[in-house]
Amino acid sequence: MSWNRKHLLDIESLTEEEINTVLDTARAFKAVGERAIKKVPALRGKTVVNLFVEPSTRTRISFELSEQRLSADIINFTAEASSLKKGETLKDTARNLEALNTDFIVIRHSASGAPSFLARVLNASVINAGDGAHEHPTQALLDAFTIRERKGRIAGLNVTILGDILYSRVARSDIWALTKLGANVTLCGPSTLVPRVFEQMGCRVTHDVDEAIRDADIINLLRIQHERQRKTMFPGLGEYTSLFGLTKARLARTRPDALIMHPGPINRGVEIDSNIADCGRSVILQQVTNGLAVRMAVLFLVNGGKGPQEVAP
Amino acid sequence: MPETTIVLDRSAIQRALTRIAHEIVERNEDSQVVVLVGIQKGGVPLARRLSGLLAGIWGHAVPAGELDVSMHRDDLDQRVAPEVQPTVIPFDVTGKTVVLVDDVLFSGRTTRAAMDALNDFGRPRCIQLAVLVDRGHRELPIKADFVGKNFPTAHSETIKVKVDEAGAADEVILERK
Repeated sequence: MSWNRKHLLDIESLTEEEINTVLDTARAFKAVGERAIKKVPALRGKTVVNLFVEPSTRTRISFELSEQRLSADIINFTAEASSLKKGETLKDTARNLEALNTDFIVIRHSASGAPSFLARVLNASVINAGDGAHEHPTQALLDAFTIRERKGRIAGLNVTILGDILYSRVARSDIWALTKLGANVTLCGPSTLVPRVFEQMGCRVTHDVDEAIRDADIINLLRIQHERQRKTMFPGLGEYTSLFGLTKARLARTRPDALIMHPGPINRGVEIDSNIADCGRSVILQQVTNGLAVRMAVLFLVNGGKGPQEVAP
Repeated sequence: MPETTIVLDRSAIQRALTRIAHEIVERNEDSQVVVLVGIQKGGVPLARRLSGLLAGIWGHAVPAGELDVSMHRDDLDQRVAPEVQPTVIPFDVTGKTVVLVDDVLFSGRTTRAAMDALNDFGRPRCIQLAVLVDRGHRELPIKADFVGKNFPTAHSETIKVKVDEAGAADEVILERK
C-alpha cells in the first residue's frame, strides 16, 4: 500500500505499486456501488470542480457520480458556457475557481500538459480527465481493473490495442499502465496511425490485424478520432472496417476466451461489428461500471496525498 | 529497540474469548437475532472465532461479517489515505442485534466510524460492542459491552494484537517506546 500523491496527472510517472494501490482500493469502492446505499462520507465538505474545457459526456458523468457517491460538493464547468469563451486564460479561470476554496480540480482539456500546468500554479489537487493526445489516466486504471477482475491477473497476458493509436491518449495511458503491470502489449492499426516509434514505449507494433488478435487475451478497440485528425490518415471508414474492423469472421479466429474492450463511444459497424459489441465476450459496459469505482478510489487516495509532489514542467 | 511485554498469551486470549461468548449468550435471550461484525482488520478473525464459540453454545450457526471503516473515518484529510479492506456483510442487519467486534478499544473513533458504516446496511435493533483489549484514553462517549481485558496504558505505549482465525499464534503485546 503506497499512495502519497496529491495529483493524478499521468500513468507514466506512477510505479507498479501505486497502480496496484488504486486497483485494490477501487475493489472496495465497487462494492459500495452495489449496496442499497451507494454513498460514503469520505469527501464530505470537500468541493470538486469538474473543469471540462473539451466536450465529454461519459467521463464527466462518471466523475460527477463518483464525487457524489463520496459526498463531495460539485461545481460543473464546461467550456461552452464559461468565460473561457470570453478570452479568460486557463490559469485565470482556475485561480478564480480556487478562490472559491475548492479542493479538487478534475480537468479535461484539448491541450496536452494542461493538468500539469494547473498542478504547478494551484494549491488544489488536480486530476487529469484526459489532456490532448497525452494521457487519460483514469481510463487506463479502469481498463486495468476490468482486465484484472475478469482474468485474475495482468502480468503475462497478451493485450492488443487496435485502432487509432497516434491520436489516442487512452492508448498512451493504457500502454504505460499495462506494460508496468507486466502485460505483453501489441499495437495494431493503419501504419499512418500506428507508427513504429511506439515500440520505444515497450510494446510491439504490427499492421497485420489477424496476427495481432490471434493470440490476444484482451482486444482493446479504439475509436477513430476524426476530430483530432488534421489530414486524412486512411482512405475511408469503409476501408478501415474491411482492413482493421473487428468483424465476426475475425472474431472467429481469436482465442475463445479473449475479451473485447472499448473505451467508448463505440462506432458500431466501423471499428466493431454491432453484434460483437453486445456479445458475452464484450466487457464494454463493465468498463463503465468499473470507471466509477476507479474514480472514487483516485479521489479518495488523492485526498490523503499530502506529500509534496514534483510536477515536471 | 522498544521494550515489549506479552500481556495476553494464547491461553489467556482463548479464555477471554470464551468468557465474552458466554457474556453475549447471557445478554441476548433470542439467539436467532444475534449477528457478529468484525471491524477490519483486527476484529475480523476475532468475530469468526466468537461465531464458532457461540455456535457451539447455541447449537446453530451465528453469522459473521466484516466491516471496513476507512471511508467513514473522521481524519481522512489529516492523513495518508488508509488501506481499504473488504466489507462483507452477507446478511440483512435490519432488526438484528449486531455485536461489533474489534481487537483494541482506544479513542473510540473507529467504533463511531463503524456504527456510521453499519447504518448504510440497514437499521439494527441494537448494536453491542465486544473488544479483546480496552486500553483507555477514550475521546468519545463510547463504552464496550464485552471486554476481554482492561489494560490501562500510557499514550506513548502501543498495543499489538496478533490473532488469526486458527488461534495458533495468539498474542497481545505491549510496546514501550
